[in-house]
Amino acid sequence: MKFTRKSLGIPYALWLVLFVVLPLAVLFYYAFTDGTGVFTFANLTGFFTDPNALGTLFYSFAIAVATTAVCLLLAYPTAYILASGRLKERQGIILIFVLPMWINFSLRITALKEVLNLIEGNLARYPFLNSVVGMTYDFLPFMILPIYTTIARLDPAYIEAANDLGANARQAFRKVTLPLSMPGIMSGVSMVFLPAMTNYVVLDMLYNSTYIMGSLIGSYFSAYNWNGGSMIALILLAVICLFTLLTGDEEDRPAARGGALL
Amino acid sequence: MKKTVRAVFLCLVLAALYLPIVILAVYSFTDSTQIGAIHRFSLHNYVTLFTTPELIHMILGTLLLAFGSAAIATLLGTMGAIGAFYSKERTGRIISLMNQVPVVNADVVTGFSLCILLVVVLHVSKDTFLPLVVGHVTLCAPFVYLAVMPKIRQMDPALYEAALDLGATPGVAMRQVVIPQIVPGIVSGFGLAITLSLDDYFIATYTKPATFDTISTYVVNATKGSQTTIKTALWALSTVIFAVVILVVLLMNVRRPAGSAALERGKD
Amino acid sequence: MENTNIIELKHVTKSFDDNGFTAVQDFNLEVKRGEFVTFLGPSGCGKTTTLRMIAGFEMPTSGEILLNGKPIQNLPPYERPINTVFQRYALFPHMNIFDNIAFGLRQKKTPKDQIARKVKRVLSLVDLEGFEERRVSTLSGGQQQRIAIARALVNEPEILLLDEPLGALDLKMRQEMQLELKEMHDRLGITFIYVTHDQEEALTMSDKIVVMSEGRIQQIGTPEDIYNEPKNAFVADFIGESNIFSGFMTGKMKVRFCGGEFACVDDVPEGTHITAVVRPEDVEITSPEKGMITGEVTSVIFKGIHYEIAVQTGKNEMEVQSTKAPKVGQTVGMSIEPDGIHIMIAEDHTNRFLVDINSDYRLEYNGRLLYASLTRLIRGGKRLADGTIVDENGDPLDLKKTKILASIQPEDIEMTDDAESGLVEGNISNLIYQGDHYSYVIHTDFGQDFVAYDEDLWNMGDRIGLIMPTEKMTFTLKKQGR
Repeated sequence: MKFTRKSLGIPYALWLVLFVVLPLAVLFYYAFTDGTGVFTFANLTGFFTDPNALGTLFYSFAIAVATTAVCLLLAYPTAYILASGRLKERQGIILIFVLPMWINFSLRITALKEVLNLIEGNLARYPFLNSVVGMTYDFLPFMILPIYTTIARLDPAYIEAANDLGANARQAFRKVTLPLSMPGIMSGVSMVFLPAMTNYVVLDMLYNSTYIMGSLIGSYFSAYNWNGGSMIALILLAVICLFTLLTGDEEDRPAARGGALL
Repeated sequence: MKKTVRAVFLCLVLAALYLPIVILAVYSFTDSTQIGAIHRFSLHNYVTLFTTPELIHMILGTLLLAFGSAAIATLLGTMGAIGAFYSKERTGRIISLMNQVPVVNADVVTGFSLCILLVVVLHVSKDTFLPLVVGHVTLCAPFVYLAVMPKIRQMDPALYEAALDLGATPGVAMRQVVIPQIVPGIVSGFGLAITLSLDDYFIATYTKPATFDTISTYVVNATKGSQTTIKTALWALSTVIFAVVILVVLLMNVRRPAGSAALERGKD
Repeated sequence: MENTNIIELKHVTKSFDDNGFTAVQDFNLEVKRGEFVTFLGPSGCGKTTTLRMIAGFEMPTSGEILLNGKPIQNLPPYERPINTVFQRYALFPHMNIFDNIAFGLRQKKTPKDQIARKVKRVLSLVDLEGFEERRVSTLSGGQQQRIAIARALVNEPEILLLDEPLGALDLKMRQEMQLELKEMHDRLGITFIYVTHDQEEALTMSDKIVVMSEGRIQQIGTPEDIYNEPKNAFVADFIGESNIFSGFMTGKMKVRFCGGEFACVDDVPEGTHITAVVRPEDVEITSPEKGMITGEVTSVIFKGIHYEIAVQTGKNEMEVQSTKAPKVGQTVGMSIEPDGIHIMIAEDHTNRFLVDINSDYRLEYNGRLLYASLTRLIRGGKRLADGTIVDENGDPLDLKKTKILASIQPEDIEMTDDAESGLVEGNISNLIYQGDHYSYVIHTDFGQDFVAYDEDLWNMGDRIGLIMPTEKMTFTLKKQGR
């Protein structure tokens, strides 16, 4: 066959169809059938009538919101300080703040657990607080990096123009820097919010609790209930799609996940 | 005054990020089984780490999986990006859309759905490692694709034509001219793929053979277990990985000012 | 006899399947060995597409491309002995200069020592000896340009294609490179095919110019031919500044346009409808009584070596270049030498005439309102409540600078003996029977001629009115002198 540049894409396109599209199709099928392959809404109605499942949904939503908020409050000032002023010239410093993301998360959470154990004794006593602390610890670098890159990329002339037009430092920040760093914030929020809803293993490690959305899949998985698990996965997928639509384009993902520094 | 506030804030964030790892590193050199209590210096954790076959297998297995699936993912993702870029606009858009799915999807869902397809529907045994490798490649390849695509976009399309014009066949033009232009994207895609595979927990839990563990799955199980020698040996592992990461980052900084490179990439 | 054409394009057409756009239509050209041929035209005229078909980057939809008599239209670029200098050079950034130049030779598996020798020689040809080890990014635009030429020439191509190679250089550099390229061509004897939208570049360098517009060849000829004897109004307008009038022949080597009668050098039968082209530098400003025509100066712009003067004469406008500057508002005479008038037989007899914009921003001709939309002609134009028309920037229309050209076909004009009832009146000054109708020339009181068709016979000298329905007219915004 004659070589064309287009044909290079065929293997990957096939791969995506086989291992991305097809699994989702199967997920759909399982979510709307029962164990014998008969079409049913039982899994869907089952989820929304199970107070336990609904409770988990709201609980994980609350954890995700809290984690995202705390991450943003810590990450934005950090990124802003690093990306402006004299520190900007010494760009290597940002590396120190995002370096932990390259250490295996399970080992980092182990370290955090030891420290928290030392402080609190029984971690299960403050489950919500510890969940937020653990996830913030895990995800903070993913929030710092995209915000940092967005602010560092801003042309300083914008601030100068704002000052020139009579804005003081505070106004210039509020009217110029903050709105222009929104893409970075959005990117960071999506990097933190979605994992925080699903990454049950952090809680599992901290205090053996798995009371968030992702873990429901895990429990169905252990019980070999593929249909129920698929429905949970599908509901998660719906949440993700909704969230992605709200936060916009995801082209920056590799940068946000540290690819920009490699 | 303002400067001091800023410096203090940065130091607090840094302390929060590093203190647990550093404390663990310090205690990994003692014979204590719990942090907080002062104990004697000891290297026994490191001895355990490097002499227990179970641990060594786990570490080597994780590395092999990471490099293997990153290599496959890099090949597939790079070819995919090139193919999609030169395809008709509609075809390219469809490939890019499919590519976005694993990127935005939760790893739990990706892992679970692959497990359902391969293990439950197609009855592929997890012991063949096939579901695990497929899972990791599916996780990593989209990021390679996203890392390579901007490099292809930036490239002057006339370069490929110039190579053909000078007598190179399309294959040669691709190897000698196009690939070298996008190498930075391929390299960062490969690095990203490795870190993604090393850090993965969810895809591995749903697709790995029962007898095989990656660092993540092993550590998660170990923290729940009560084997203290293994637990403290993992402190040593954490310290080793910490040291390796620092070393790699330092090396990258020596090679070129990584910060500016990051900014440069960021601009893409 | 041996065929001396190195490359021939026969009925070459290219349409793109994704949007159905036809970029090149029925392109026919023969190029002799060693010629310097330039494709000249505005952007989007198909010149680059034609070049890319010769290079092999695009395949013609139909037609043939013959290289030394053999069809090559289906060969891929790497099998054609043709090399290209790209618009933005396309030097390989990951290779040094030596590797860039050696790239083509290596594809042909040339021995190492020969490669070294050839690279050295071609580098000295472009005056960049010793640049072998330099990186592409360390070179200036002009140097990169030379390397791009060297990289193509080292393969000893039969044809060198140059796609606007000087477009990225500044003016001074561009002029130097023009001379250098021309000299290189003369020295090497390789056939050059050059693409540009810059008419000056084309006139300076080429042996043969192919003027293109909208995918079609408008004229092929030497620079002198193209400049002095443009074949149609497009070529005349595109090459240099020109005044273009429609008129008709009034006798042997006598022509009437722009309200005057002139002697000319073209022997065209009496009564033929023609288009006359007059270069601004061929118009001489005289005193009113000495001029063949007179007019009022409407603007004078200093251009360095000359003044650009606009003179309104009757309903026509004449652009003049002169080293002496009359005053705005002054009445002057103008005379044109016979060899300054270029006559083209009109392809169609469309009547074109300038119409006025009155103070209410309405179109007007001969003091009569034309009911046509003026806003549609102005890009982003809007009519405000007070009647003023503003352009896309919100600036009111400059009535002095805006000229609207109306055109109407001869068959759409109705002749009437109730002279007053027409849009304009005049006397029949010429008539020819054309099989099923008569073609009349009506000389109006403004000195302007209209062509009208009518089935009935009128007499020479009859005074008639011309009824020209507005809905049959098309209006265009006339571009202003640059």
